[in-house]
Formats: sequence, structure tokens, C-alpha cells
Amino acid sequence: MTDLILSESEKTFILHGVEQNFRIDGRTRSDLRPIVMETDVVSHASGSCHLRLANTDILVGVKAELETPLAAHPDRGRIEFFVDCSANATPAFEGRGGDDLAADISRVLTSAYESPEVLDLRELCIMKGRTCWILYVDILILEVGGNLYDTVSMAVKSALFSTKIPLVSVTSVDGGEPELELSDDPHSSSRISVKNAPILVTLTRIGNHCVVDSTPEEETCSSASLLVSVTPSGHITTVKKIGGGSFQPSSIASATKQAVSVGVHLNQSIMDKLKQEESMGRKREKVGFL
Amino acid sequence: MSGFELLSDQGLRLDGRKSGELRRIQTRLGVFGQADGSAYIEQGNTKVLAAVYGPHHMRDTRLRPNQEKVVVNCQYSMAVFSTGERKRRPRGDKKSLEMSQHLKQTFEATIKTELYPRSQIDIFVEVLQADGGNYCACVNAATLALIDAGIPLKDYVTACTASLVLDTPLVDISSLEATTGGPELTLAAHPKSGQIVLLEMSHRFHIDHLPKVIDVALEGCKNIYTILDKAVRRHVSNTGASVGWEKS
Repeated sequence: MTDLILSESEKTFILHGVEQNFRIDGRTRSDLRPIVMETDVVSHASGSCHLRLANTDILVGVKAELETPLAAHPDRGRIEFFVDCSANATPAFEGRGGDDLAADISRVLTSAYESPEVLDLRELCIMKGRTCWILYVDILILEVGGNLYDTVSMAVKSALFSTKIPLVSVTSVDGGEPELELSDDPHSSSRISVKNAPILVTLTRIGNHCVVDSTPEEETCSSASLLVSVTPSGHITTVKKIGGGSFQPSSIASATKQAVSVGVHLNQSIMDKLKQEESMGRKREKVGFL
Repeated sequence: MSGFELLSDQGLRLDGRKSGELRRIQTRLGVFGQADGSAYIEQGNTKVLAAVYGPHHMRDTRLRPNQEKVVVNCQYSMAVFSTGERKRRPRGDKKSLEMSQHLKQTFEATIKTELYPRSQIDIFVEVLQADGGNYCACVNAATLALIDAGIPLKDYVTACTASLVLDTPLVDISSLEATTGGPELTLAAHPKSGQIVLLEMSHRFHIDHLPKVIDVALEGCKNIYTILDKAVRRHVSNTGASVGWEKS
């Protein structure tokens, strides 16, 4: 992803900064860069979010569609993640170039959202065994500036928060299949509860310490990263180690603790902002990319 | 029959426009820092992002470097959530490949290709929301992105669609007007000289109507050029003012 070339002196400088808890841009090891977020930007989607963390730009659209539930879980709906790395981010993503990274991100997201306490998929069931809602979460990566996984997870959570699912009423037809009637009113819709939705926190190990929200330069200096998925209540739903380096068991423990504290705080800030945006109601001017 | 729905007796279309009226265009140059040039355009409800990388050395092993001209590589991609019905694949299908070829043809005719032999220019467009005139919005966005990247062009290239209802030509059709079955003529042109770079038409109408539909589309292209030029000048003067250039 990063084809940055850093000299040894630059790497040493970054390393010393991390050790002294004062990174190149002045942040501490647990600080994040500024985040700009807006929901409801894609009109064809049931929910959407455009999130920008420094130079990383993500656009997420959520579409809700009706489908038959899986035979194994007839009383539950489904959620499916699809990631598209746009060539706008880097020419290497042209054609199928970004497919590996895309598959990786969607796997991590699927595993993070798999736990039953995260999303109650039974809320998405309409008629047991016959119809349920399936949420297609489509992620478009427009620009990569470090810390991709975290930004994607934040955008997904915000998009799910803004998703409005039309209300469905079941009208039975005599002697035939029960008919479904979708409410035409755009204002009558149900929402999904994302109060337990996780956020991914990537801990990049540089030297003996882990930093949160690494820039591309910092990512070049690190040998290994730990990806932890943290829910607002401080529970962990998935852990993944990325990169060719190795961790001591004690460093994994301390890194996870750092991730949980950052994750809980971040979850809270995002929910506050989402609620603040929602309270602005219809008067809010949509900016989008302009 | 379709004449009734698309154009009312007062001469108003489905979205309230008159037959020769363009949709509202809003633009922004320099959206991303990573790309050499980038631009965003909104034409009505169609939203397109374009990014330009180059000129740089030939990266693609599939394409062979040209000794006299720069190789223009275009990719047209639609976001999965851009259409009313969710798309399965963002790119790689026949329609996207055809659009990429059209873009390549358009920009090979516009960029001063003789200035960068043995090099490559990448133009990537991403359709975020599709509501008719996708190719045109892509061409307009890519023109702005090329200007943002500082790549020398012979002229702006703008594109516009046109249609015909009974005997009245319509300009800049939305997707609803396109699917109602009327013919769709897509035209890309150099506005200052009036030279046509790409012309494509679907469905059919009598050849006697062709000149006036082309004229209406060309007029649309010239109007879009006026809007884009104003946006470019505004962007340059804003950038210049923040950097400290003299105001001329």
C-alpha cells in the first residue's frame, strides 16, 4: 500500500519520538488525527456515511434488501460487507489490483460483526423462514493516508447508525402466499441499534511501544500491527495480527489494554457526534464533497 | 405517448426544467491531495469523482510505450451503491470497459500527447451517484482534474446528452427521461472550436432531426464550458490568493 521510502535517520527520528510519547505531528501514542464525518450523503442508499480521517477518505453506502433467510438461521437477517478500493486512491488499485486488500478488510469486518451481542440480527427478520432483510454494506476507499481499517470501521458504524429500513407490514392473502407491503412513506422507518457495534483499533508497534492511528511514514517504520475490534462496552470481538514481525505475549496484553481504552473513548465520541448530527434534523445542509 | 410525460404543455420537463435547460452544476477542484489532479462534479443528481495521475513512467506491463505520444489510460468505475439497484461489480463488466474506451478516445484527442512520449497518464473516474449523463459528467470531471494536474490540453472537452420528444430536442437528460424510451445522443466536443470528439446515439429518430439535436447538444457543451471555466478561474484565484500571487 505504501510505497514510501524513508532514510535510516528519518526512521530513527520517528522511533525516538514514539519512545518519548511525542510523535512527529505532536500527538501522543494514543491520540488520533482530526476526523470529519457526514452521514446520509448517498440518496439511493438506505444509509450512508462519508468519513475522512486526515488523508484517509472512505464512503460507505448501506442498502437494505428483502431476501429469504438462511436455512440454518431462519429467524435472522444478514449483513454482508463489500469493499471496493477505488483507483482514485492509488493507480495500483486499478482493475483488480485492490482485490486482495479489499478481501482482507471485508473478512476482518465480517469477523468483527459476527458476535451475536454486536448486532441483533433477529431485528431484521420479517417472516420466520420466508423473508428477512439483508444489509449490504458497501465500502468505497477513495484515499489512503494511513490507518485504513479503523477509518473503515468508523464509517461503517456511522452508516449503520444512519440506515433507515422501511416498515413492512404483512397482509395475508387467502389461499396464497402472504403478501408484504412496504411503507411508501420515507419518514416512517425503523433503525438498527448500533449501541454495541465495534470499532477497529489498529496498534502499530514501533520499537517497544504501540501507537494508535499511524501515518504512512509510521507504518513504514513498524514491523507488526495488532488489530483489535472494541465494542462501546469494552468487549473485544476480534483480534488479528498483521505484518511480518512478532509480538511477545506480554506486549499483546498491554497493547490490547491500550486498544480497549482508546476504543471505548472513540466509540463514545462518535456516538455523541452522530446524535448531534441527527438532532440537527432536516435543516442540516448536506456538504458531500463540495 | 412518451411525449405527454416527458414534456408538458407548458414546455416543462419532469423535473421542472425547460427543454434547453441544463441541470445544476457544482464543482470542486483539488479534492484529494494524493492524486496529481482531482475534481468532483455534481450535475443534478449525478455525482462523479475524477483523479489524474501523471505523466509518469509506464507502469502498465500490458500497454506498450509509444515512442511519439503519451499513453492515456482510463478507468471508468461505478460505486456499488450508485444506482437504484445495487450493482454486483463496480467495474470490469462490458459497459464499464466500453465507457473506459470512450474516455480514452476523448482524452487522446484533447491532451497534447506529443509533449510526453514514452510516458503514461492515468485518468480514473468514479461514479458515486448515477442519474443520467454518467459519461458526460465523467468527461467534465476528468477535464477539471486534468487542469488541476496541470496537464496541457488543446482545449477543454465538455460532454452533454440530448434527446428528442415529438419535435422538441431536450438537453441534459436525467436517467428517468432516458429510461422512458426516448433516443439518447451523447456528444463530447471542444467548445471553443466546436469540434466533435465523440458522438454516440441510442434508439432511433428520423435523420432530418439529427442536425438540430446535435446543435442542441453542442450548445449544451458550450454552456457547460462557461460554467467549468468560471470554476477553474475561481479555484486558481483562491489558490493564488492564499499563496500570495498578485491579483491581475
